[in-house]
Amino acid sequence: MRLRRLLIMGALAAAMSPMALAQNPSIDFPQTIAAGAAFSIRSTGNGKAMLYIVGPAQVIRRDVNLGQDIDIDAGVLTGAGDYIVILTGSSSTAHGHLAVSPASAPAHLSFLARPSRLPVNLHNGISGAVYVFDAYHNLIIKPKTVSFQLAPASGATQQHKTTTVNGAAWTQMDSTSREGDDKFVAQVEGVSSKRIVQQVPGEPCGLKMSAKPAGNQIEVQTAPVRDCSGNAVPDGTIITFTEEYDGMQSTVDVPLKRDIATIKLPAHEGARISVASGVAMGNEINWGKE
Amino acid sequence: MKLARVLAAASLMLMPLSLWADQAAVHIQPPDLHSPRPLEEQTATSVVRGYLQSWKNFKLAFEQNRSDLLNADFVGTALDQLKSTIGEQAAAGITTRYVDQSHDIQIVFYSPDGLSVQLVDKVVYKEQVIKGGKVIASQPIHARFVAVLTPAAARWSVRIFQATPE
Repeated sequence: MRLRRLLIMGALAAAMSPMALAQNPSIDFPQTIAAGAAFSIRSTGNGKAMLYIVGPAQVIRRDVNLGQDIDIDAGVLTGAGDYIVILTGSSSTAHGHLAVSPASAPAHLSFLARPSRLPVNLHNGISGAVYVFDAYHNLIIKPKTVSFQLAPASGATQQHKTTTVNGAAWTQMDSTSREGDDKFVAQVEGVSSKRIVQQVPGEPCGLKMSAKPAGNQIEVQTAPVRDCSGNAVPDGTIITFTEEYDGMQSTVDVPLKRDIATIKLPAHEGARISVASGVAMGNEINWGKE
Repeated sequence: MKLARVLAAASLMLMPLSLWADQAAVHIQPPDLHSPRPLEEQTATSVVRGYLQSWKNFKLAFEQNRSDLLNADFVGTALDQLKSTIGEQAAAGITTRYVDQSHDIQIVFYSPDGLSVQLVDKVVYKEQVIKGGKVIASQPIHARFVAVLTPAAARWSVRIFQATPE
């Protein structure tokens, strides 16, 4: 009888100690949340415990009291990915899997536009690729509509709408017929990113020259040199004059100056003079026979 | 003699784990590109090689809390984020062991300028959280990783490395 009373008293004393009061923790929380969203982890048991939320994108550790809801505030768990949520009590541990998806609202774009400089009138000459991110720099995987616009300094704007796949979208556009700076813009739900694409004149087109006597020489001069869209070809572009006579040939490279190239060549009766720039050929003049 | 027996037993215990870690099954799907640029086989091989190499160093870095091990394979956002996580887990007094069991990889995007490649990897791995040399939690995870790689000097580096819920 006495032994029984002792045993009961001992059991009561043990039950009142903090160690024995602690129960095995268990946790309950949403399986999936959006990045940066607030959520609560419900725990059972009592006593102190440590909470860990562990994944490749983020690690959080927090001292908690078992039996109370653990509130994770908005903007705390922000990295998309898979996590283990662990609650370690004094003697045991509970854990579970939590998936964090990217937030749905775009906040940043990574916009790669190429090239930054190109000739006019090039079919599919300009390309753009965009990756769409949320406010926490997670790639937004759900499809989003992307609007690409190429606005030249003058003339019509090209527009292309497409949808992201796994957060990425792309476009190709033609360079326009006028030289100048084009604004190349990618836009997703009010978030935009702008690049400048410089369009420069193309190769000389329809080269024309004329010749006139200048003492015992011939003065040869081009008409203003333009590309095929009528844009002035930049100064410094090399114009090559070639004079052939009696099986001899002499070539002179002249840089374009104020749209025109001019040179004096020896006057040889029957000489054939030609002009070219790059792959573009101009007219020919037969001196003394025209 | 006793020490030798202990060492032999320890090596037997460690061997299956190390073999497993290095022998994740890798399945490469044919590319399914939603972009106009054709992908050369050599490029695809090089991208996948770079990605799998990045997993090796990712695992080592997280198991040893050594962010310097990430520098060879990761750049930009991925490097910043993974380094930050390693800093956080070091501050929390833990390390993590990622034991990848299988990869199912498919290249899905090659940007028109050739400056980025995106792939999707359905990974099965086990994540173990270790505190004071003891595994406090172990969780099998089926994840869908999306990675974007960009060309570096001699290889493709991982710029985006993100798991997204399936």
